[in-house]
Amino acid sequence: MSLVEGKAAVGMRAPTVLTLGGAAFIADPAGALFREADRLLVVADLHLEKGSSYARRGVLLPPYDTRTTLQRLARLVARYAPHAVLALGDSFHDGDAHGRLDVDDRAAIADLQRGRDWVWVTGNHDPAVPPGAGGTVAETLVLGGVTFRHEPGGTEAPEVAAHLHPVAKVRLRGRAVRRRCFVASERRCVLPALGAYAGGLNVRHGAFQPLFPDGLTAHLLGEERLYSIAGPLLVPD
Amino acid sequence: MSDRSLPTAAGVLPARFAAWFALRGWSPRAHQLVLLEKARAGRSTLLVAPTGAGKTLAGFLPSLVELAERDGEEREEPALRLHTLYISPLKALAVDIARNLEVPVAEMGLPIRIETRTGDTSAHKRARQMVRPPDILLTTPEQLALMLAHRSARELFCGLRRVVLDELHALVTSKRGDLLALGLARLRALAPGLTAVGLSATVREPEVLARYLAPGAEVVAAAGGARPDMRILETAAVLPLAGHTALHAMGEIYAAIRAHRLTLVFVNTRMQAEFVFQELWRRNDDGLAIALHHGSLDAGQRRKVEAAMAEGRLKAVVCTSTLDLGIDWGDVDLVVNVGAPKGASRLMQRIGRANHRLDEPSKAFLVPANRFEILECRAALDAVAAAAQDTPDARAGALDVLAQHVLGVACAEPFAADALHAEVVTAAPYAGLSRADFDTVLQFVATGGYALTAYERFAKIVHGKDGLWRVANPRVAQQYRLNVGTIVEEPMLKVRIAKPRRRAPGMPGTILRGGRIVGEIEEYFAETMSPGDTFVFAGEVLRFAGIVENEVVASRTSAGTDPKIPSYAGGKFPLSTFLAERVRRMIAAPDDWHRLPEQVASWLEAQRRRSRLPGRRDLLVETFPRAGRYYLVAYPFEGRLAHQTLGMLLTRRLERARLRPLGFVCNDYGLAVWGLADIGAAVASGRLRMADLFCEDMLGDDLEEWLHESALMKRTFRHCAIIAGLIERRFPGQEKTGRQVTMSTDLVYDVLRRHEPDHLLLRAARADAATGLLDLKRLTDMLSRIRGHIVHQSLDHLSPLSVAVMLEIGRETVYGEASEAILAEAEALMIEEALA
Repeated sequence: MSLVEGKAAVGMRAPTVLTLGGAAFIADPAGALFREADRLLVVADLHLEKGSSYARRGVLLPPYDTRTTLQRLARLVARYAPHAVLALGDSFHDGDAHGRLDVDDRAAIADLQRGRDWVWVTGNHDPAVPPGAGGTVAETLVLGGVTFRHEPGGTEAPEVAAHLHPVAKVRLRGRAVRRRCFVASERRCVLPALGAYAGGLNVRHGAFQPLFPDGLTAHLLGEERLYSIAGPLLVPD
Repeated sequence: MSDRSLPTAAGVLPARFAAWFALRGWSPRAHQLVLLEKARAGRSTLLVAPTGAGKTLAGFLPSLVELAERDGEEREEPALRLHTLYISPLKALAVDIARNLEVPVAEMGLPIRIETRTGDTSAHKRARQMVRPPDILLTTPEQLALMLAHRSARELFCGLRRVVLDELHALVTSKRGDLLALGLARLRALAPGLTAVGLSATVREPEVLARYLAPGAEVVAAAGGARPDMRILETAAVLPLAGHTALHAMGEIYAAIRAHRLTLVFVNTRMQAEFVFQELWRRNDDGLAIALHHGSLDAGQRRKVEAAMAEGRLKAVVCTSTLDLGIDWGDVDLVVNVGAPKGASRLMQRIGRANHRLDEPSKAFLVPANRFEILECRAALDAVAAAAQDTPDARAGALDVLAQHVLGVACAEPFAADALHAEVVTAAPYAGLSRADFDTVLQFVATGGYALTAYERFAKIVHGKDGLWRVANPRVAQQYRLNVGTIVEEPMLKVRIAKPRRRAPGMPGTILRGGRIVGEIEEYFAETMSPGDTFVFAGEVLRFAGIVENEVVASRTSAGTDPKIPSYAGGKFPLSTFLAERVRRMIAAPDDWHRLPEQVASWLEAQRRRSRLPGRRDLLVETFPRAGRYYLVAYPFEGRLAHQTLGMLLTRRLERARLRPLGFVCNDYGLAVWGLADIGAAVASGRLRMADLFCEDMLGDDLEEWLHESALMKRTFRHCAIIAGLIERRFPGQEKTGRQVTMSTDLVYDVLRRHEPDHLLLRAARADAATGLLDLKRLTDMLSRIRGHIVHQSLDHLSPLSVAVMLEIGRETVYGEASEAILAEAEALMIEEALA
């Protein structure tokens, strides 16, 4: 057709920066944190092989979740060229998940790990990461004055954590939009899940309140940027 | 009775039956005897007859005669075989028919056992029925599927003589009909001596329906009843241009109720039902017993209304399509249809609910709620007078339903692919199924059918060395049983009446629990409400407090509170193509306007003067400015669903052309898009061509892009995934416990679409989108019809016709562009507040 073509004007926006105890992180709309100072990329809750975990129980979900998740991760690595990647736990959906990885997916992980530090932080789904997964394994990690762990709620501040798979829902003029999001205050940040089949927990759920007693801001993942929203515009599911 | 000229009656009807007819003072009707003859000759028959023609008895008579004529030995045999299977779309109907059938059986003293089997039948009884079946079993399509998947299905059905399918016209138009067709094919394979009898209201193409029933089935048409006495309710009031409340006619409807014994007031949506019910009671100075009946009400409450109707304790029932079908609840002598009928055949069905005596006319009033609806009512009356039907076309069988059936067959016994394929194509909806598609379905059932073969070891059915497919383990059969059927309910939320309490200011309110549950509403409807909104439900005005877990919590309002009338959402039936064509013709023929009420004719005349009339084959598009916005109004007359899809695609294109659309609304007749840029000027300057804007190529990339994020498409996909057995009905994410991290089928849709866009389930979802919530087929047909026939009228003010569409703004949901815009707006609001 000969309609006048033109991309909707999207102004070049500065990336959303979250500041935690003096450390600045770029929050990427794909759902990752990046710290320029030490070129550290942080991702959370990959839940690799969740699809095949369902398949074992007779629910034959499309077996492309691992591939999708790793492609997301690969795009982030290409964008930031990090010196180190931190996977904040529940990287593998269950104890056998690593063993079920497809040859190609295994190779994709090895490619991503090449030439940089790689840390698997353990989570409740993957308390023991097999040695074959490459990289190193840690329970918690303190880097540049920030504590990184899977489950939020440590006493050390500032803290970057995962586990809850936060999503936020915004309702306006009769329409509701539900998206994965970062949840942040000045002393804590919870990352959204990166896994293709990872579900979400609404930020209005009681689990978030004790972690953010002074209120929280949700940074919802958009196509090209984050949307930062707090208060009554965030509705429960 | 009328049929006295039946020389064959004595020859066909056994003495015992003839005596029973005589005792009742009846003589058998011609079609009843014809069916008996056909059955004796081993022929399958479709009986097309109006209400009150003794259809049910005609269907069962051959079975009763054959069972009565069994010799003593057969009768005494303890492990009797099932003789006749009756299938109805409603379990209540199956139960009702069983009760009615007991009468002749008891009065003639026939040794025949009759039982029902529905979801309400105890597990113990159902198990016994598999081993020791009755002679006649009355059941539903879902129960048939379950029985066919049982390991002793072959034994149970091998001696089956007859299957009776009631309200067949209503069954075949959906996926339920696909599943039933496959079940029938299976029954024919298991029981070589089987003949089928179909009972149906009048349909457009009875031969097609007969083909569905069985290959080679014949059509028997009973003589039509008296012509219905129907008219459009006269009103002195000025008819509104838009809206669906018919408020202007409530006084007249009330008067009609008072003047009749029992009136059924049909409306198109639950919202209308609630509204009409409220308004009738507001006028009910005589304290008439007027009740409410719709699908969202608590089942117990519905049963009470039905019982009261049957006992003659009610004066009127306001109802939705829940009472469209077959059960004779009472002595109805008037049907009032509020709003437009949407289809001529549906209207006939509803009118048939009044007066079940064949030779007396049914009486009906049509109550149009706005001026467009007058045109539609007029068109429907003409169609009914011409006995023209607009029942839907026969469908092509859905692949997700076939997947469910294949698994069911495997649960019963091992099968060979060749034999099953040969059997499946005898089912009319699957007659055109290619072997390649059948094999794709087979692979899907086995391992999910993915190009990436990752799940061989988790296969549900396996191909054995003997060449047969069988279930891999018993758990598969259990899963199948929990998932059987094609009805996927929209996620519903219970509505609970409670008192809301506020906590500290600034904190979200807490809600007191423990009140009474009054019914259910669709989750998507609840989503559109904000705390404090008032809505009508179960005959009361309620104030929405919030959603707590899986319940809507609401409080009662003080008397006299005005409900903020919610959207028309839930109008399930779009205007039929057939009626749309008649309405277009009527508008385009000013010579015929004298048949219309004066106010409608002058409205059309004003349109002709101030703009122009939509032509029979044209698409009229008007553009005009109004109050700082620029409008585009088009009149395709293709129904709300197709217009909604068109609106989504148009706004996308206008967005790309930088014409800054803000939103759109639609009704059954047209749609209005508005925005910040002058569309008329863009056309005048040659920047935009209407032919390009409405070009069929919007069904290419634009559609694909939209489908990617469309909530309607995701909902369609979820239905297919459940029916095909990919995911279970109770898949996480469908249950709102609020306590766990939930995963939704939307994630599955996204992943599958990216990696395997031609997967069986996506094909099934696209096929559904063609006719279902997106009505793509109709949109496609329309775009091709109007190619080269777009008439653009640039105006400097709104036109008389456009007002009717524009008035939907504020009533209807307003659709906007993608969700990104909503998020950006929410964020901007926050910043504004922070700076204030």
